[in-house]
Amino acid sequence: MVLGGENTLSGSAPTANGHVKESNGFIPHSNGHVPQYKDDKIKKMSQESFEPVPLLVACLTYLGYGMLVLFGYFRDFLRKSGVETTHSTIERKKMKDFVPLYQSFESFYTRNLYTRIRDCWNRPICSVPSAEFDVSERVSDDGNWHLRLTGKSRRCVNLGSYNYLGFAENKGPCADAAAEALQQYGAGVCSTRQELGNYRIHEELEETTARFLGVEDAVTFGMGFATNSMNIPALMGGKGCLILSDELNHASLVLGARLCSTVIKVFKHNDIEDVERKLREAIINGQPRTHRAWRKILIIVEGIYSMEGSIIKLPDFIRLKKKYGAYLYLDEAHSVGALGETGRGVTEYWGVDPRDVDIMMGTFTKSFGAAGGYIAGSKRLINHLRAYSHSTTYACSMSAPVAQQVISSMKIIMGEDGTNRGQLRIKQLAANSKYFRQRLVEMGFIVYGNDDSPIVPVLLYMPAKIAAFSRELYQQNVGVVVVGFPATPLVESRARFCLSAAHTREMLDKVLDAISDVGDRLQLKYSLNSPVKAVSAEECYSQVDSLAHKA
Amino acid sequence: MAVEDVMVEPWYMMQMVQAFLQAPVYHIVIEVLLIVWIIGLLFSKSYRIQERVQLTEKEKEDLLAEWKPEPLVPDTPEDHPALHPRVVSGKAGLKVVVDGKECLNLATLNFLGMLGNKRIEKAANTALYKYGVGSCGPRGFYGTVDVHLDLEDKLAKYTRTEEAILYAYGFATIASAIPAYSKRGDIVFCDEGACFAIQKGLLASRSKVVYFKHNDMEDLERLLKEQAKDDKKNPKKAAVTRRFVLVEGIYMNYGDIVPLPKLVELKYKYKVRIFIEESASFGVLGDNGRGVTEHFGVPIEDIDLISANMEMSLASIGGFCCGDSFVIDHQRLSGQGYCFSASLPPMLSVAASEALRIMEEKPGIFEELRTRCQWLHAKLSSIPGLKVCGEPISPIMHLQLAAPSSRAEDTKKLETMCNECMNQGVALTVARYLEQEEHLVPPPSIRVAVNVELTEDDIDHATAVITNVAKMVL
Repeated sequence: MVLGGENTLSGSAPTANGHVKESNGFIPHSNGHVPQYKDDKIKKMSQESFEPVPLLVACLTYLGYGMLVLFGYFRDFLRKSGVETTHSTIERKKMKDFVPLYQSFESFYTRNLYTRIRDCWNRPICSVPSAEFDVSERVSDDGNWHLRLTGKSRRCVNLGSYNYLGFAENKGPCADAAAEALQQYGAGVCSTRQELGNYRIHEELEETTARFLGVEDAVTFGMGFATNSMNIPALMGGKGCLILSDELNHASLVLGARLCSTVIKVFKHNDIEDVERKLREAIINGQPRTHRAWRKILIIVEGIYSMEGSIIKLPDFIRLKKKYGAYLYLDEAHSVGALGETGRGVTEYWGVDPRDVDIMMGTFTKSFGAAGGYIAGSKRLINHLRAYSHSTTYACSMSAPVAQQVISSMKIIMGEDGTNRGQLRIKQLAANSKYFRQRLVEMGFIVYGNDDSPIVPVLLYMPAKIAAFSRELYQQNVGVVVVGFPATPLVESRARFCLSAAHTREMLDKVLDAISDVGDRLQLKYSLNSPVKAVSAEECYSQVDSLAHKA
Repeated sequence: MAVEDVMVEPWYMMQMVQAFLQAPVYHIVIEVLLIVWIIGLLFSKSYRIQERVQLTEKEKEDLLAEWKPEPLVPDTPEDHPALHPRVVSGKAGLKVVVDGKECLNLATLNFLGMLGNKRIEKAANTALYKYGVGSCGPRGFYGTVDVHLDLEDKLAKYTRTEEAILYAYGFATIASAIPAYSKRGDIVFCDEGACFAIQKGLLASRSKVVYFKHNDMEDLERLLKEQAKDDKKNPKKAAVTRRFVLVEGIYMNYGDIVPLPKLVELKYKYKVRIFIEESASFGVLGDNGRGVTEHFGVPIEDIDLISANMEMSLASIGGFCCGDSFVIDHQRLSGQGYCFSASLPPMLSVAASEALRIMEEKPGIFEELRTRCQWLHAKLSSIPGLKVCGEPISPIMHLQLAAPSSRAEDTKKLETMCNECMNQGVALTVARYLEQEEHLVPPPSIRVAVNVELTEDDIDHATAVITNVAKMVL
């Protein structure tokens, strides 16, 4: 029951006087930058709930999948015998002597399970993905094999897009600045950073990013995914390097690690004891077979995990990496902008020095409403990447208007526009996250993750409920994201809500009513914990109100 | 006969039970021990050659304290060109302002002059004020915007294929497409001159990679024959081993064109699927710019997958793959760069759409481009001390030294040439590679890119400057 109950930070039990033991890393021995937190504050910050699946629900979920598989075989039989018409595409006759392009199980799953509920994903939108968006309506004439746009759309509250600070806007100062950059530079670039694609605006973006994060330098790339997959190999190339990777790391990190052709070890999600064990073992035993010492060891983690809503226990990781001499790669795709008093991300959230993290990576897609990613850190690191990153050498540079969007939104967050609008957005997001999550818990849903995370996963478990939940809420004009196998473990299908600073409390109240209603009808309020009363809305929003008042 | 068999069995069983009951105790004990021993053997681990070393806690702590990691990254040489990049301010069209000086642009891959096109800017601007900048999500989770679907439709229609799929980053397009199909155990025959994105895709796929000599179909056939021989030895394995050939339409690193008709012949003969990377040939080759298939008049259905980025001819960002729905649709669940990345910013999708529309409206533009390529190719070929690598109709040409010496020295000479040309108003760039990581590093070269807006005067001017500089430097 690893994930059961509440995980306290680092597992070291608090002593009687209410202070954490020294081994925790918070109190002495770390560095001067770490403020000395009181025990209860740390405990609160690291409070993450992963209520285990109730036994009956687990059994029923397996039963559900069993039924689906049986029906799948039955329908495959019907299709083979010609009773049911096949709508899937088939390969050209010319190619019949070729080795089949796909493995059979994969297509079985797609054909018989995914296709039935495929309308819950890839829903096209036809507006800006802000607090509300227009979702195009689709119908299927052939049992969900093909979806056809009806031409109509539905105005929904947007709980799916990663628009944490609400910068997905089609008007206002950011859009105007982006339009100006478009005028000045055009849309594309047609060259790489190392050749003739190094624009003045890229340099400005990198200066701004480094200043925002409080590190020496930064380098930016046109795609968030590629920032990981094309830069990790430049850091850990060659034999004799070891990568320790969290089991729930994003696909881009996994791919980047894989492209290094080095040894990769996976540790349990956010489990500092497991990391320490693996790290010690690795250093003591050295490389496999030769037992030669490792050249370097890199620990790769994310700030907020996008499927779990959990927050990395950063101070513990920093303590470990300092103690043993490993390096730390922190992917802040979901946390930069979304966490911390001034949006500096997970380092600010925990009050640690960003310079203690060797490689600060993040994306511009989410909090900044743009696209692309950055890597920030020491001058030496960034120089190395400028010279040897796959991306700076071979890939087209970032589009200028996109770069401008990041610069503008970042400056607003830093308050460099002379207003407190950025601060207001951060507070609004924090309040929304807190309010929304607590209300869901109060209703009796099983909610995963950290109390402060703007990502709120709610467990659905059963495959049929994935579709029902998504469709029912869509009918009530709420756009949500649902996720099932293989993106989650088989029995842990879930819905994931992403809060935004653009959401107003009224919107969320409306959505919560709808969710509660659907939850009752679909019997989704699984939680066996004793009900917790949510903190009042007034308390959640007090900081926002006072700040708005000041403005 | 059959009836007897059935009759015999229960009798036999009865005998066994009886024998068991009558057996002496020591017999049973021995047999039970034997069984336990066998089970023990089955479950015990195979013997170890080395004794397992048990370290004391102190020894462990010593090892931990002794271990000193290498620095995360080495120091980058101060004179590395990436640390002193040239800064472009303003649009990189036919003219570009580099480090404050206006130059004729022969460096960026803006073949059709779409970068700087007013119509495209206007369309992108309208999209910006409708959709904002970012799409804020992957395609699966509300990151699909109607303009993405529209562009996919248009691309499929334009290339005359069944379906197209969009990626948010040019490099990620082919690098994600390859591992979506080719898995561990499959075999990929790849041109050894293939670009870096293909190499990374192959690495990610974990397939067996067999490189054939650059653009040498005979060498490819030799390897395919060898493979066919191996397949005969192990037909069971051969029946599940997918085979692919990976080539580029116009090779980014060489500027030459793949001999496609021969390749298609080999495809059906040896049952290999063809994937083509068409970044440099889409919007360039063929009467309508449909690429290398149109150039050779090969039916596009004979190609299993075509991938191209939209960062050259279309002068936007991102890339696409096109082909039969049977093939392409698979990437919507298996293309990593498609599933796990935020989608292309809608305004950039609109920019690409508009560029495609211009291509449709002005099919003459491709012939114009080819004429300019031929002009420039002929002129550059006459410069003493340099040689031009690539087909005359390719908009990418590599200027190499006619008398090469060491790699470092050549690169330095070419860098000096580029800098000097820049001072004289012609922007050029050395083709950059990660020499340690490339499968086969092409010879050092200046990569010249042709823009359709070049006039004859521009070309004469550029040639004169390069000739002068070559005389000075070489």
